[in-house]
Parts: sequence; C-alpha cells; structure tokens
Amino acid sequence: MNLKKLALGALAAAVVATPMALSTPASAYEYTIPGLVYRTGPYAPNGIPFANGYADYFKLLNERDGGIGGVKLNVVECETGYNTKVGVECYENLKNEGDSGAMVFSPLSTGITYALIPKATEDEIPIFSMGYGRTSAADGTVFPWVFNFPTTYWSQATAFVKYVGAQEGGMENLKGKKIALVYHNSAYGKEPIKTLEVLAADLGFELMLLPVDHPGQEQKATWLQVRRAKPDWIFMWGWGVMNQVAIKEAASIKYPMDHFIGVWWSGSENDVLPAGDGANGYLAGTFHSPSNSLPVHDQIRDMLYANGNGAGEVDRVGEVLYNRGMLNAMFIAEGIKNAQAIHGTTELRGKHLRDGLEAMDITEARLAELGMGGFTPEVKVTCADHEGGGPVRIQQWNAADQKWEWASDWITPMSDVVRELVMADSAAYAAENNITPVDCN
Amino acid sequence: MFYRESGQFKSSYAKDQAIFPIRQDQIAIVLILAVAFLVVPWFVNDYWSKSVLQPFLVFSIAAIGLNILVGYCGQISLGTGGFMAVGAYASYKIMTSFPDMPIVLVIILSGFCAAGVGILFGLPSLRIKGFYLAVATLASQFFLIWMFNKVPWFHNYTMSQITVPPREFLGVTVTSSSAGPAAQYLFCLGFVVVGAWLAKNLVRGRTGRSWMAIRDMDIAAELIGIRPLQTKLLAFAISSFYIGISGALIFCVYLGTVEASEAFDINQSFLVLFMIIIGGLGSILGSFLGAGFMILMPIVLKNIMVGSFGMAAVTAKHIEISLMGVLIVFFLIVEPHGFARLWQILKEKLRLWPFPY
Amino acid sequence: MELLQALFVSPFMDMWNEPAFFIETFTKGLLTGVLYSLVALGFVLIFKASGVFNFAQGVMALFAALTLVGLLEFMQGKDMTANHLVGMTVVAAVVAIGMLGLKKVNKISSVQAPYALLGFCAVVGFAWILRTIGLPNYILIPFAIVGTIITMIALAYLIEIAVLRPLVNQELIILFMSTLGLAYVLEGVGDLLWGSDVKILDIGLPTDIYIAEFPFGDVYIEQLDMVAAVVAAAMVIILAIFFNKTRIGRALRAVADDHQAAMSVGIPLKTIWVIVWSVAGIVAMVAGVMWGSSSGVQFSLSLIALKALPVLILGGFTSIPGAIVGGLIIGVSEKLAEVFWYDLHGGAIENWFAYFVALAFLLFRPQGLFGEKIIERI
Repeated sequence: MNLKKLALGALAAAVVATPMALSTPASAYEYTIPGLVYRTGPYAPNGIPFANGYADYFKLLNERDGGIGGVKLNVVECETGYNTKVGVECYENLKNEGDSGAMVFSPLSTGITYALIPKATEDEIPIFSMGYGRTSAADGTVFPWVFNFPTTYWSQATAFVKYVGAQEGGMENLKGKKIALVYHNSAYGKEPIKTLEVLAADLGFELMLLPVDHPGQEQKATWLQVRRAKPDWIFMWGWGVMNQVAIKEAASIKYPMDHFIGVWWSGSENDVLPAGDGANGYLAGTFHSPSNSLPVHDQIRDMLYANGNGAGEVDRVGEVLYNRGMLNAMFIAEGIKNAQAIHGTTELRGKHLRDGLEAMDITEARLAELGMGGFTPEVKVTCADHEGGGPVRIQQWNAADQKWEWASDWITPMSDVVRELVMADSAAYAAENNITPVDCN
Repeated sequence: MFYRESGQFKSSYAKDQAIFPIRQDQIAIVLILAVAFLVVPWFVNDYWSKSVLQPFLVFSIAAIGLNILVGYCGQISLGTGGFMAVGAYASYKIMTSFPDMPIVLVIILSGFCAAGVGILFGLPSLRIKGFYLAVATLASQFFLIWMFNKVPWFHNYTMSQITVPPREFLGVTVTSSSAGPAAQYLFCLGFVVVGAWLAKNLVRGRTGRSWMAIRDMDIAAELIGIRPLQTKLLAFAISSFYIGISGALIFCVYLGTVEASEAFDINQSFLVLFMIIIGGLGSILGSFLGAGFMILMPIVLKNIMVGSFGMAAVTAKHIEISLMGVLIVFFLIVEPHGFARLWQILKEKLRLWPFPY
Repeated sequence: MELLQALFVSPFMDMWNEPAFFIETFTKGLLTGVLYSLVALGFVLIFKASGVFNFAQGVMALFAALTLVGLLEFMQGKDMTANHLVGMTVVAAVVAIGMLGLKKVNKISSVQAPYALLGFCAVVGFAWILRTIGLPNYILIPFAIVGTIITMIALAYLIEIAVLRPLVNQELIILFMSTLGLAYVLEGVGDLLWGSDVKILDIGLPTDIYIAEFPFGDVYIEQLDMVAAVVAAAMVIILAIFFNKTRIGRALRAVADDHQAAMSVGIPLKTIWVIVWSVAGIVAMVAGVMWGSSSGVQFSLSLIALKALPVLILGGFTSIPGAIVGGLIIGVSEKLAEVFWYDLHGGAIENWFAYFVALAFLLFRPQGLFGEKIIERI
C-alpha cells in the first residue's frame, strides 16, 4: 500500500514535471504561437469559432507559404475555460515552449489579460489583446509590451454615439435622447461606462445603466426596465448566453432592433440565431468584415478543409468570430514578418516580435496581397499609440438570409475623448506601480 | 515497525500534550519543513511556483479555515468565495491607503476584516441548520461579490479589476510580477506554517472541543454549558479569518490581479468544500491533502493527456472534468472520511508491519 | 431622508402611478417564479425520497435538453450530431455489455441497468431509421421527447448503481458532494458528446407575445412563459396524483418517511430510487426545454440550479407545494425589487436578493414555509 502510494506520488510528480523536463528534439527552428483558447465552459460557443480561425490561419501559412520567412509556426493550444487561474497556468507552461519560447500571448479574456500584463512585461513577451483587455494599454509609453490595436472598447463606445448621432440627423440632436447600456456586470461590461458618461455630459443625452449578472440566463427585470423607460437607443456589452437572451427579450417586447447595438462580442451568428426572425435588423459593432468569401477563405477551404486539416466545420469558416480569430492570427503573422525585417534574422523570440508589432502598418494594398482586401481598416501602430487609429463599423443582421451585412461605413472614433481617458488611466497605473514611461522620441 | 511508539515514555504533562507527541511525527515534520524551507526554494521555477505550489499553499489556508467551520463546528458554508473576496479587496484598500504599511500586517488585517464580515453572515446559523444554512450562506457569496463589483470605493474608483502594487518583505519584493518565484513561495509558506500551527493548537484546545461539542449535538452542548452564540460565531470568525488571509494571498501574491465576479465566484466555494471533504472533515492534515489533490489532479491529468498522449487540449479538458467527477465520487465511496482517514489507517498498518497479528 | 424616500415612498408611488407596468412586472415575476419552481421541483422530489441534496439537477436539465436537441437534429439529418450520437451509442452499448458480463461473473450488478442502456441504444437505432426515412417535424418531436425520457431513465439507473448504492447510509454532506461530482461527470460527458455550441431548440413552442389591453395600458406576456405555467401546473397535478393515488406513490411516501420502516414492510428501496431519479430526470427535461427554448441550449443552462436554491429553502426541501409557492414568492419579490427599487441599488441585485428573501422567511420558519418541522432530541 505504502509503496504503491509512493510510486503513484512519484509518477504524479514526474508527470507534472514533464513539460519542464521535456527537451525538444533537435529540429528546424519553429515559432511557438500559444493559443489560449476556451472550447469549454459557459463561453465556449464563442471561444470555439475564434480558436478555429486562429489555428486555421497559421496552418494556412504553413501549408501555403511554408511558414513565415521559411520558419514554421507551431500553434500550441491551452484550454483556459475563461478562467484566470488556468490562464496563468497556461502562461507559465507555455512561455518557454519550443526554440522561440512563446512569441506572443493573446489571452482572449479580460481577466487573463490583466493578470498577464505585468508578468509578460517582466518576461519580455508581448501581449496582443485585440480589441479587449485593458483599454489604457493603448498608451505604449506605459505599456510597451501590450498591444490592443486595431481598436478598443472606448473607441467603440464613441463610434456608437457617432453612429447614433448620424442616424438622428446630427450630433446636436442627441440632446435629450435616452440611451440605455445593458452590460455584463463585470470588469469587461463596465469598460464603456466612463466614456459614455463623458459623452453624455458633453452631448446632453441621458445614459441609463442596466447591469446583468453572470450568466444572464434570466433578464426579465432588465427588459421590464427598458419597456418602462423606453430608451431611444440601447447599447449592449454582453457575453455568452446573456447575448442570446437579451436579443430574444428585446424582440419579444417589440423593441426596434435597428436601435439596438451590440459590442463586437455580442455580434456573432451564435447570438442572433436563437432569436430567429425576431433578431432581424439587430446591429453590432465590429472591426472586420463579416464576409466569408474572401480569397483567404477559399484558400483555407481548399488547402485545409479539403484535405481534412481544418480545425472546425467547413460551413462555419467565415463566421464573425472565426474571422476575428483569423484576423488576430494575421496581425501576429505580420508582426513576425516585420520583426524578421527589423532584426534581420529568422530566429526570433517574443522580445523581437514586440518591435514587429510596434511597426505594424497594414495598408489596403497589403491586405489585398494577403487575400483579405477590405477585410479590416488600415492600421498604423506607433511607439506611443498601441491602438492604431481604431475605426469601427456597424453591421446588421439579416435574418432572412442569415448573414451579417454592413450598416455603416467605417466610423472614426472621437480620438480626443478616448485619448484623454487613456492617458489619465495609464498615468494612474504608472503611478501605482512605479513605472517610468518609455520615451518614444 | 516504522511507526511504533513503544518505548517513547512521556515524563511530563508538557511532553504528553506536545503538538506531535510521537517521535516519528516530529522527525517527519522537521524533515518536511526543512525540505520546504531550505531545499525547494533553490529549485523552484516560475512554473512550479505559480501553477502548483502557490495555489496549493493559498488554498490550503482556505481549506483549513473552512475545515474549522464545517469539519470542527459542523456548520456547512458555501460562502467561501465571498469571504476570500473580502480578504482580497481589504488588502487592496489597506495597501493603497497606507502605502508604507508592512505587507504582512496588511494581510493579517485583511484577515480580520474577513472575520468581521464572517461574524455578520454567521448570525443566521443560530437559527438555521443543515442544508438550509448551507444554501443561506450563498447569500453572502452573491451579496459580497455584487457589492465589490458595484461600489467603486472598493476599487479606488477605477476598473473593478484590481491590481496589486509591488511590496517588499524583509527587503525582498513579494507582490506583483517583479517578485521571484522563490520569494513568493516562501512568503505563502510562512503563512501556511504559522496558520496550520495555530489552527492545530486551537482545535485541540478548549475552543476546538467546544466546537466539536456543538457539531456533534448542539442542544446537548448547550446543556453542558457551551454557549452556542459565542462558539458558533467564533468559528465563523476564525474560519473567515483564514479564508480572508487566503483571499488576500491569492490577490497579492498568487494572481496579482483579481476581479471579484471572476476570481471569487461560487466555483471557489465548491472547490474549497471539495478539498475538505476529499481531504477529511475535522482534520488539519486532511485540509492539506485535499488541497493538494484538488489543485494537483487537474494539472496532472492535463499533463498526462496533453503532454504525454498528445491529446487535443479541448478533448483533454472535457475528459479531465469528467475524470475529476469520477475521482471525487470514487474517493467518496472508498473513504467517505477522506484522505486523512486513509492516512490514519496507513499509520495503523505501519505500526504492525511487517508482523500483523 | 432621500434614502428613506427611495426605500419606502417612491417605489410604491411608482407602482400606484403605473398600474399596467406594475401588473406586467408582477405577472412576469410570477411566470419567472414558475420557471424557478420547475427546477426546484426536481430537487424536492429527490430530497424527499432519498435525502440527497442533488446539486446535479441543473446539469441534468442541460443534459436532457442536449439529448433532446441531439436526437432531433440527428433525425433531421445533421451530420455532426450523427457523429456524436453514434459515439455515445457505442459507449452505452459497451457499458451495457460490460455490465451484463459483470452480472454473469459475480452477480453484483443490478438486473435492469444494462437493459435501460440497451433501451437507449434501441432509441438511437430507431432514430436512425427515422433519419433515413426523413419525416416531418411533428412526428419527430414526440419521438425525440420519448427518446429523451428513456435516456433519463437509463441515466437514473446508472446513477443508482454507481453513486447512490455504494453511498447508502452515508452522511448527507457526502451525498451532496457526490452529486457535485456527478455534475462534473455529466457536464464533461455532455460537452464531449454534443459539442459546446449553442443549439437552437425548436419543438414548436410559441415564441410570440400576448398583449393584454387594459384601459390604463398594455401588458405584454410571453406565450412561452404561459405555456411553461400550464405545463408546470399540469406536472404538479400529475405528481400529486402519482404520489397520492398510485401504489408506487404510496411506496415513495413511505420511503420518504422512514427508509428502514419502508424496507421492513417490503418496499424495494433501489427501485424506488430509480423511479424518483427518473421522475426528477423528466422534470429536469421539462425545465431544460422551457429555459433552453428562450436562450438556446448551452452550458449556461446548468447554472439555473443556482436560481432554484433560494426557492428550495424558502419552500422547504421536502415540499412540492413549497417549491411552487417559494418560486412564486421569489419570482415576484425579486422582479419588484429589481425594477421598482432600481434607483436605490442600480441593478443586478436579483442573484443575492432572492437569498435574502429566503433568509427573511427562514428566520421565522427555519425549515422553510412548508418543510417538515425539525424536531431535535437529545
């Protein structure tokens, strides 16, 4: 009995130690791209397509171009279940994986992003939180290792207000209007409040805050409030089951869906399909096209799915969240390419990729070259500005054809408002953590 | 043969009442402490410290705390996550309000804050019992999380995601990411050792005995002169004190940043409850064994499946969840009194081995 | 002063000034309460008969809803579901054959469990035939429901063998924790077999709203909720008849009163437990369908168990009427508090408010409104 236990204990210890002890077999240099994904847990329906798009794009690069500059990309998935504790474990497990070590982390969760920002800064591994995470990380002087281009929640909030202004026939008409914000009651959901409050004071609209607790399976009270207060517009910062229920409830109280705008995490097929025809006309922000027929999609179908190599199901290639995963991967790949040019070597590590991400300058011509013409707006990142412009576009759900369509042109956010808030928040962070801002000149 | 106490004569009451009266135990504990304090810090790296040792240590403290309440005093509580959050947010508020306060003091004060809240939410236990109480304690879980999320004062009017500023202990940085793995590990270990030592002495003294009397039959305990009000509330206070310290350590040392609704949700309450049930109710050793099992097992399973068999991360996760469930049910069936009981049986066997009668 | 105003005066003035809105809030509270009761009912059934506080009830609702959707999609010819379902059938068949073999070898296994599993395999086989024929939905839906019920019965058998029987006579908290373990297993297995995507559950329940017009304004009520209320009422009546008028029902009540006494008069405890868990499984299916119809079937469905707990302590762990009344009280009070006292608290209080309402009742009746009086002896 005792011996057996001892042996079991030793075995357990050995297994835990395995990831540390495993020496990589001698082979060609590879880039380790960690994929912190969540294909389980309450948010899995959204995590799965994202993870598939992310993995597929890197696979496509390996198949089509033989990697980047001849170096293959090795995507190592780690299942976080949207749980910060597990995310930290994944980070520690993967940061030294392979020859290159982890090149970059895209944590895909607000909580994990916050937890990793100081650690990754210490370990000199860039964090790329594309349109989520800590908004004030847009200030590259305080957060040199964190990137959140092409846009942020705060920019998105201002873009929504601009869109509403345009629909109402001018920003001055916002005066006296009532806008409700239905939000996930967490750090993520509360992100836009400050920005919207500033705008409400500036433009004279009334802001009504309606928090919904996790998971949001039951929202009758929230929508009763909406029915009573009759806001002119509703913004939603939702996630997971909350989206589906909210859209269904809005439809059932006959709220005009074209006055209901969701954040980009509330605007996928998953969110609108359960509501059926009721969701027709629902709006959502986004920073990339909902198209599923770009050249790159065809390549993914032909080179991966046709050979049974795809990560998911072929008919789900090109869904909104799939595209977002693909976009995330594309930015990382471009960053690696930049870094190879800057450092003149292909044997890069995370700290080199940082320079590549900071030199990000995606033009329409480059996108077309990648088979992604018109997929996302042009992005230019600088040392001080890690957000890179931040245009947002509104998409609208067409329930009859079951697809998202453009409802607006690219909206430039009110950068002056956002920038001011970003600088204030990052300065507070710098003061609290004794960080000396990097000099960008 | 290995665990025979014959020939060890106690010649004074003090010796007989020592915390480890048997020599083998004394040797073992000294060895374990020596390894933990002197050997491990030399070898520990980021992965081991952050993914294995720190969660094990901080959750051990929480498990000891909950064991005092559930295992010794018999009051089932599902509000652990909420009390952890109290510890975490208290430490944040104290740290940012008094930047010069030593970090150890900050964490102990956070424990006291949690103890105060624990007394408040322990009040219904005087009237409500059993599962009714268990479910009622969920009120504290949901209310506290809501409050920390809602009231901006608790997170200094910024995001509700709080981040720990760097602090030093004996000249070495222990909080925030600039701290080394060994420093953080030793810092947690210090709290665990002192906490476990205090708890062990507490439960074998007068206080612990009155808790156990309440647990075994509260009416009878009342009749022999144990005051249920003070005894139960004291259990809630001390239990919450430990849990609060564990929450503060989770925030300051282990994660470095938390958000109430995510880091301290109801799953933490169940996790800690699992630890003490699997480890053994009413046993300090059991709290450690249970915490070890619940923290290590998922990592072990994951590394076997992903690392050794090359399974896809997602399939492995599904199987891991199912297997954890199966293992829990299995251990409950095999030994409902937990690992601590298994250890006891093992000791009995070792006493006679290799010549059982 | 302003606080007192917001607490005691203005909410009631609002209620008085907006009667239509008050009626709507109240009705929606009642209907939400019914939905909570549906979940709580499953808890009560099991607690009553076996003293187990079954935390897996929420996951069972998810599991049942997943099975229903899975079977339905399978029969409609969806490919992914086919893969999952075939996988599951293979597992079920292997387990069944294994158990039959074990029974042959040392007679430890119960007689029925393998057959229940084989029943599930038969369901899938039959569904396969329907899939190849290709039938309209109104034929497939009843079959999917029946198939789900058979699956839940098979599950009840398995739980009885694997969890309940070995843990008989253990402390309540051990049994409680084992159902938490069971919840993990069901969650992992369910996800593994059907994937984690949001599945749309459409079995023909109405999704529109009903508008009641009053002279002082319109009141909106969702038809789905009304259906749920009718179904809940029907279920309570059926359960009441089942418990009071049938032979099995009487046996169930006897077991609930005293396990040992029931056994001594020849009531087979194991069979009773299987029946109770099967009934709870069916109740879980109904709850899963009602909740899943509005949000799609997905993981979060399992979290509705948390909404049923305050209902449970308020009504009493052992009382079916308690579950209904408790649900209505919680539903109405949390909706009124959330909506009319919004200015005071700023929203999202429902999660904890329900527990505080229950606590308030418990201070006066520590065993819940309808629970059995707790008698303590020395």
